[in-house]
Amino acid sequence: MISPLLYRPTETLRRSALTIWDAVAVLLILGTLVLLAEASRALMQPLPAAGTSSISLAPSALPEYAARTSLRMLAAMALSLLFAFTYATWAAKSRRAERLLVPMLDILQSVPILGFISVTVVFFMSLAPGRVLGAEFAAIFAIFTSQAWNMAFSFYQSLRTIPAELTEASRSLRLNPWMRFWKLEAPFAMPALVWNMMMSMSGGWFFVVASEAISVGSTTVALPGIGSYIALAIERRDMGAIGWAIAAMLVVILIYDQLLFRPLVAWADRFRFEQQTDAAAPRSWVLTTLRRSRLVALAVAPLAKAWRWTYTAFPASARANPPRPPSARTARWLDVIWYAVIAAMTVTAIWKISVFVLAGVSPSEVATAMLLGLATMVRVFVLIALASVIWVPIGVWIGLRPEAARIAQPVAQFMAAFPANLLFPLAVGAIVVWRLDPNVWLSPLMILGTQWYILFNVVAGASLIPSELRDIGASLRIRGWLWWRRVALPAVFPFYMTGAITASGGSWNASIVAEFASWGDTTLKAHGLGAYIAEATQAGDFHRIVLGIAVMSAFVVVINRVFWRPLYHYAERRFRLG
Amino acid sequence: MSTTALLEVRAVRKSFPRPEGNDLLVLDGIDLTLREGEIVGLLGRSGSGKSTLLRLVAGLSKPASGSISYLGNAVTEPPPGIAMVFQSFALFPWLTVHQNVEIGLEALGLPRDEIRRRSLDAIDLIGLDGFESAYPRELSGGMRQRVGFARALVVHPNILLMDEPFSALDVLTAETLRTDFLDLWSEGQLPIKGVILVTHNIEEAVLMCDRILVFGSNPGRILNEIKVDLPQPRDRLDPDFRGLVENIYVELTAKGPAELPSARVERFPGAGIGTILPRVSSNLLSGLLEAVAGAPYAGEADLPVIAASLRMEIDDLFPVAETLQMLRFAELAGGDIRLTPEGRRFAEADVDERKQLFAKHLLTYVALAAHIRRILDERPSHRAPWSRFADELEDHMSPEAAEKTLRAIISWGRYGEMFAYDDESKNFNLENP
Repeated sequence: MISPLLYRPTETLRRSALTIWDAVAVLLILGTLVLLAEASRALMQPLPAAGTSSISLAPSALPEYAARTSLRMLAAMALSLLFAFTYATWAAKSRRAERLLVPMLDILQSVPILGFISVTVVFFMSLAPGRVLGAEFAAIFAIFTSQAWNMAFSFYQSLRTIPAELTEASRSLRLNPWMRFWKLEAPFAMPALVWNMMMSMSGGWFFVVASEAISVGSTTVALPGIGSYIALAIERRDMGAIGWAIAAMLVVILIYDQLLFRPLVAWADRFRFEQQTDAAAPRSWVLTTLRRSRLVALAVAPLAKAWRWTYTAFPASARANPPRPPSARTARWLDVIWYAVIAAMTVTAIWKISVFVLAGVSPSEVATAMLLGLATMVRVFVLIALASVIWVPIGVWIGLRPEAARIAQPVAQFMAAFPANLLFPLAVGAIVVWRLDPNVWLSPLMILGTQWYILFNVVAGASLIPSELRDIGASLRIRGWLWWRRVALPAVFPFYMTGAITASGGSWNASIVAEFASWGDTTLKAHGLGAYIAEATQAGDFHRIVLGIAVMSAFVVVINRVFWRPLYHYAERRFRLG
Repeated sequence: MSTTALLEVRAVRKSFPRPEGNDLLVLDGIDLTLREGEIVGLLGRSGSGKSTLLRLVAGLSKPASGSISYLGNAVTEPPPGIAMVFQSFALFPWLTVHQNVEIGLEALGLPRDEIRRRSLDAIDLIGLDGFESAYPRELSGGMRQRVGFARALVVHPNILLMDEPFSALDVLTAETLRTDFLDLWSEGQLPIKGVILVTHNIEEAVLMCDRILVFGSNPGRILNEIKVDLPQPRDRLDPDFRGLVENIYVELTAKGPAELPSARVERFPGAGIGTILPRVSSNLLSGLLEAVAGAPYAGEADLPVIAASLRMEIDDLFPVAETLQMLRFAELAGGDIRLTPEGRRFAEADVDERKQLFAKHLLTYVALAAHIRRILDERPSHRAPWSRFADELEDHMSPEAAEKTLRAIISWGRYGEMFAYDDESKNFNLENP
């Protein structure tokens, strides 16, 4: 389980300088949000209270709910995979598309995921009025938005780093593009992709729970699933039911881990490009069973044959090589057309945004949102600092003891995957009972699920400190604070940065749920941008939803560019070992 | 030997675009004919464009001008009938040995049975039986390159292109693979009709090739063609063999008419500001000086001899020797290296004296070092940023070359304690802690 941690989400962090393309990406995404919000506003009135099936709090109903929740997850994962394969391939193969698609991904990653639900749920429900299907689409789309971007980024990054000699070999062997994709490109990208799928899945549980029970204005969605179950339990103040839901979620995540991810990680291990075998290969009993089973082998054989047939069925004209590059004249024309289309889309986006803003967003509202954004920012930073003070020393301590790390590492990863919003009712109940200040005490909920990223990255970093380095420290009798300052902290710093960046991004996302929590008919609210978006969503006020999302995305983008990214580069330059 | 031309390369030029606009010319005026039954070697130092030429022939990239034709047809994409073996093996790590060998046949869309039969034949031929189900990561370098050969041969190509196929292997393994290959070739067991071998190992070229094309740099071009008429199998200790090796060393170190004076200025003059400097550590410089000064050479050595005894190939040895020549610690001529009196003094001196001597020569003979020192002396702050010099160098060379040159001068400047450099702030300065 430890080896996949060594991949670092550096893809998003490599790009630095702001370009005109970033601005175009921002405008296009904001324009799309506005478009969706406009559509949703128009659609909201005639829509009946659709997609409601009655939820039962009986524990016996939980297995079915759990199954539905995990199927939703799986569907979204399949979609994300498809998205990663196509979008990233397009970006990597076309110089024209790359300029726009990569900054778009970068911005999309910063848009709060729950914001996507707010603006799309009504739209999707209108696609299948009166039926649950529309709400299912909305939920799956929301989960998709929490999974797809980093997977696409990872795939794109892998495609760009395929060793030149392998590409040349595949061209020299005259593989057609379809064959090259499945024999070279997809396998090469697989280990990083699987790791990102796991990360996505961890985040996804949070949003699957949040997206099942949601109301936008008068439109209420309650899809059968663990999320709706817990929403009802909160409404009825049923502590017992909450306990059952938490237990069911634990089981679901464990099953996913054993039946899906462990086999995947073990299987993806053969695609590692480094040829040495130093670390023990990851194992999975499921995969071993599948591989040894004759029945499976029998079942797979015709599929494999059909698959091989697709290689030869590829149109002969397109074999072997990319089409001849167009002449300089044609290329110039294509450039002109491409840029003209983008320019037209950008202008439309600007126009849409301006109309939208002029219609319902006053300057004072913008100022309010900004101030609330500052409040949430202070919360996130204070919490990250607190979590660091607690988890860095513990992480180093664990990382230096292999036996402890073996136990702690999977636990920390599990905790990161567990949707922390299931635990919110416990905390909110406590705040209500003891009459605590929500402004202070709701805040820790934001980092409840994300602090583990700091822990397991630091553990991984500490366990990778070369033993020579530790020996020389001991031999020079470096101890106490000097040891922390000169040996431990620098060695884990790059890993810590990865964890802190992930935790910070996750906390912004969680703020929408954490700053605005309810227990029965009591609603607790902290002053912050998350609460602002949540409140606007409940009221069905699309102007404020879009404004909130835009301001939050802006905060995340700016903080990433001016704070995390430079710090990360510094850490990579100064402290990366080896 | 038949004289049918398998491949004809005529007046080929290749250039790569540079960000500043003017293209970087890497190959100029290349003519090459590969006839049936021939092994042709492309020999030269790194940067002489020989690998680039191989990729042009393979159809992996296109020349700026000139023509390449295979059996009379112009090469515009990888043609069937030309296969390639790579320096890094370029195996697919997620496929087994057998699958790696099969992949080229699958791409041809052959029936399953034929794929199986031909791939097993190739595995057999190249001595890989028993390893069919192994993954590349389980194999030694030598076995991996055998897979590389099997994968190339299985499609029954007419021409085999080899890009330094043995240079990633240890000496012993490389020798075994070469001998095995030559045996199969001379017994006519290989399906191929002609071979082009890229190498920077002079002995390897003389051992394997029927003709050797010696490449020069800036831009890459053919300096000379050498025919090797020695009978196979060849003996490295044979005086004729040694004589040929010696000749090629002379060829590569000569200031002959082929080496244009302008090109010379680019490479190694009294080192004007526009000279590209190689990154050679001061340890290597003193190491070679000591080796040549010591027994049995006593100040003058044959390059092939000293290269063999130090286990250095031309790409390792030449930059060191040429740097010594630039610093006037040694002279290169006729395949020999001879120490100057200062070179001898350096070899005998202690650490501090060496540093002083080195600094003196650096200041006198390397214009860039003197330039940096002067700028730092003139400025009241005694500081100057990296970009100050990088911009200046980029008027003469590519950004990568400028980076390499500055890194080299920093390392030498530090050794000679002429100036200091802080990589955090990217600043040159005169501080001396």
